[in-house]
Amino acid sequence: MLLIKCPYCEDERPELEFRNAGEAHLVRANPIVDQSDDDFAAFLYFRQNPKGLQFERWRHIHGCGRFFNAVRDSVSDKFLTVYKAGEPKPNVEQLVTRGTTPAEAVVESPAPRTPRTKKAEA
Amino acid sequence: MTNQVHSGSNRISGAGRLTPAKTVRFTFDGQSLTGLEGDTLASALLANGIHLVGRSFKYHRPRGILSAGSEEPNALVDIERDKSRKQPNVRATVQEIYDGLKVKSQNRWPSLTFDVGAINDVFSPMLPAGFYYKTFMWPKFAWKTIYEPKIRAAAGLGVVPGEPDTDRYSNRFAHCDVLVVGAGAAGLAAALSAAATGATVILCDEQPEVGGALRYESDVTIDGAPGYEWATATIARLRAMDNVTVLTRTTAFGYYAQNFVGLAERISDHLSTPAAEMPRERLWQIRAKKVVLATGAIERHMVFANNDRPGVMLASAARMFLNHYGVAIGRKVGVYTANDSAYAAAIDLKRAGIDVPIIVDTRDNPKSAIVEEARSLGIEVLPGHAVFSAGGKRRVSSMLIKPNRGGSERKVAVDAVIVSAGWTPSVHLFSQSRGKVAWDAANERFLPGTYAQDCLSVGACNGTDGLQDVINEAIAAGGSSAEQAGFAGKGTPVSLTATGSASWIGGMIGSAAGAGPDTTVKAFVDFQNDVTAKDVRLAVREGMHSIEHVKRFTTNGMATDQGKTSNLHGLAIAAEALNKPIPAVGLTTFRAPFTPVTFGTIVNHARHDLFDPTRRTPMHAWHAAQGAAFEDVGQWKRAWYYPQAGEDMHAAVNRECVAVRTEAGIFDASTLGKIEVVGPDAAKFLELLYTNPWEKLGVGRLRYGIMLREDGFIYDDGVVGRLAEDRFHVTTTTGGAPRVMNHMEDYLQTEFPHLDVWLTSTTEQWGVIAVQGPRSREIIAPLVEGIDMSNEAMPHMSVREGKICGVPTRLFRMSFTGETGYEINVPADYGQAVWEAIYERGKPLGLTPYGTEAMHILRAEKGYIIVGQDTDGTVTPQDAGLTWAIGKNKTDYVGIRGLLRRDLVTPGRKQLVGLKTVDPKVVLEEGAQIVANPNQPVPMTMIGHVTSSYWSENCGRSIALALVIDGTKRLGETLYVPMPNGVIEVEVTGTVFFDEKGERLNG
Repeated sequence: MLLIKCPYCEDERPELEFRNAGEAHLVRANPIVDQSDDDFAAFLYFRQNPKGLQFERWRHIHGCGRFFNAVRDSVSDKFLTVYKAGEPKPNVEQLVTRGTTPAEAVVESPAPRTPRTKKAEA
Repeated sequence: MTNQVHSGSNRISGAGRLTPAKTVRFTFDGQSLTGLEGDTLASALLANGIHLVGRSFKYHRPRGILSAGSEEPNALVDIERDKSRKQPNVRATVQEIYDGLKVKSQNRWPSLTFDVGAINDVFSPMLPAGFYYKTFMWPKFAWKTIYEPKIRAAAGLGVVPGEPDTDRYSNRFAHCDVLVVGAGAAGLAAALSAAATGATVILCDEQPEVGGALRYESDVTIDGAPGYEWATATIARLRAMDNVTVLTRTTAFGYYAQNFVGLAERISDHLSTPAAEMPRERLWQIRAKKVVLATGAIERHMVFANNDRPGVMLASAARMFLNHYGVAIGRKVGVYTANDSAYAAAIDLKRAGIDVPIIVDTRDNPKSAIVEEARSLGIEVLPGHAVFSAGGKRRVSSMLIKPNRGGSERKVAVDAVIVSAGWTPSVHLFSQSRGKVAWDAANERFLPGTYAQDCLSVGACNGTDGLQDVINEAIAAGGSSAEQAGFAGKGTPVSLTATGSASWIGGMIGSAAGAGPDTTVKAFVDFQNDVTAKDVRLAVREGMHSIEHVKRFTTNGMATDQGKTSNLHGLAIAAEALNKPIPAVGLTTFRAPFTPVTFGTIVNHARHDLFDPTRRTPMHAWHAAQGAAFEDVGQWKRAWYYPQAGEDMHAAVNRECVAVRTEAGIFDASTLGKIEVVGPDAAKFLELLYTNPWEKLGVGRLRYGIMLREDGFIYDDGVVGRLAEDRFHVTTTTGGAPRVMNHMEDYLQTEFPHLDVWLTSTTEQWGVIAVQGPRSREIIAPLVEGIDMSNEAMPHMSVREGKICGVPTRLFRMSFTGETGYEINVPADYGQAVWEAIYERGKPLGLTPYGTEAMHILRAEKGYIIVGQDTDGTVTPQDAGLTWAIGKNKTDYVGIRGLLRRDLVTPGRKQLVGLKTVDPKVVLEEGAQIVANPNQPVPMTMIGHVTSSYWSENCGRSIALALVIDGTKRLGETLYVPMPNGVIEVEVTGTVFFDEKGERLNG
């Protein structure tokens, strides 16, 4: 059972308190009605499912109830970092070089926005 | 002589550590036997001269005791306390005896000594590895009906108990700084070192006593004391420390992510009469900052013909039985070895007065002091030779010897043979932790290589040789673990001096000289699954080139012992046949559990009432008192129908349905999901979550809302009331409440966080009483205060706040029956009192309680859908005939883009329609398929299916709803429902079967 740090509660809690909520940084277009079929299909269906680092959403459902984002290695299951919904994507290269455990990982300066950026920017 | 009389003829006076006076009586296959307190079943049987303990899995060969530990593949027995507390496949080497223990051997009929199934051994040429993939292929039906049942009956080991387990199991979570697995010399030293700093330490060992190999090593000292004495003194010291928890009889069976380790503690399996409140086993779920693995090494057997004969045993096991239990495994013991460690066993046996005629050593020129010591004791040492077969059937009677390079054969009469092919480091838990093992070519073994978690391996499991080195390594590991857990520089460092050797090096893997490639004899690699060396070679010839394939084809290592003694042998034989180096063939993955864990331990408290929560409505007790039948809806218990004397379900439901339409009915709708949506942007938020428009919904009005997923399909529905400009009372389906709440929170937090809205689940805060029917207003009006309930002041689809029976209420005028009706929300604690007051008042006016079955029928008569029954996650509002519920001028809501998808707007979609059977008495089956032409060949083209179907007493006929391709264009058409008993003719109709104009709603 994984230990997951909730960035709102600022504490590590057992996996049982959380629920995975799929890939992070999917952008719901605005206005969405004008989106092309291909773009909408990509938004609705196509997921990265990488072997390695992935950006994903979690909800601390049996805790504070907040959704947040995480970078996790899909091979080792290890979390590199967690961050609040709406915060920019962390720089993965810096995370990897600076340490592999959540405690060591530090979110550095905001990364430039990529076309498929965060789901929850206010 | 006393102890010989009482505890078996092979008990050696003065040997071992058990107390002769403490005798224990037990039975084996009905035979009454005596052992000593502290005996395992294996040591007690051996003390009584019993080697034949079971029959093998496939060939029913006689089997004895191979080991003295949890790696035992052969000696599996059935232990029965009573009918419900019966445990198959118990390892005799692990089970401790107690007074009254009842043991039965397994997989034999009619008896252990005469077993009819042993015929399999004769026919074994027809049963090679993988035979079931190749034979019994014809005729096709016979596999399921004849071959498989017969094979299953003939093979296998224990029999599962026929009754539910009545034992109790418990569960504990624990955290510690350092978890030490294994309490041998290394584990004890590591625990001592870590504990000295003040760190919290948990030390566990699967055995009842600590010490590991120190329990049989006769010539080592630690800290000046003999090894075992040091171990017992050390564990006493550790137990006395507040920061240490010692768990014996406790197996670390699984190593999971982030140092989460599962332990199974056996609490009462060794007790004669466990106290009633005592659990049988306890599951420990431990989160450790650091883990030290001190799991030791497991001795391998030699692979030669008939190496499975009872009496053939690992050298370390013979030593354990002698030095710890005081039991001689035979009177004349032969030795077959490929390393030094069997010599120590031979010397101990010889010194105990056992005849040890010969040591056969596969090595050409073994040179060490211990070899000379054996010779000096008068044991013949025969280097460069192999045992090519064992004689005897139910007990080994001789060993057949020949030189490795050919020459004359020789036969030596023995009544036991001890074997050692060397030691396999126990890297199971390390491997489970996702650490990568590395091949140590010099010593032909896999050792911990790359670590994946915060753990260290010490001692034999790490390939460390020499007792002093082991102890130094363990002290360093315990200390550094504590240091990294935050105890740097604390306490006094531990140091220990050890003498005597403990070596895990040397030996061989694969089949020995006697079991060469051309032989057809049975030289067993895996005893428990009856896998021989030639089976492994056959697998390679048949094209299995990966060890994972070899394993599955031969089943080598797939038995309950997970190949603890067999994996390396199998791997080496496969590598030899493939002519590849061992690392290139690979090692199979070790998986939890290390040894079998009972279902009881895993399931634990999650049984019966504690398996899943049961949710009951505030009025549950009333329904139960009325004799209601209940149905499970998710975790809820819902009143299904209320049978009166002499009524069956059909009669009760018909009566309830008619009563609602003629007088009135009362229904418990408390299970509906309820969410309070509050805030300045509440209406804006609902605009985005539902297809309907909300901004213009007046305060005090209700609206039926449809919620979609982003893909455009219906996700949930429910009635929403506006209580104030900034406050909505949202209802959801009973089953959908949690996911709708999650869906709303998700969008609010991550897509629309700019909206100022608060969501609160209020499902369990409100008791909901539906009163429906022509007399509903008449019944409740006198109980209501502060609300004008006239049709003009409070029309259909409106909500008012006031009081009922003196209790605050949110009174909804709405209907899921098509009748004039109300849903009365009251605080849950008042639910039953208000219900009872309404029922008292309404009963003389014909008010009838109705359950969920009647509710389903009444709504189907009106064509109201149930999400999840008439929809299945692929139905759009248009498909369900709910286009009217979509706000035409809206520019955004969840699902708006999904509804524009090509496939959702193309003709040919399934649409919800009504079906009337031509014969009105026939009720269709829900889920039945619908075709246009019943005379077409099979497989027919199916154009839809029945989603809801009932007998409607109010309509005097059966009614059904169905999803049919282009259904709305087929109104009036005749379609067909082919069933096993014939084809049913149906007419396609609209979805409303009763009061089509909907006039009764406004009564």
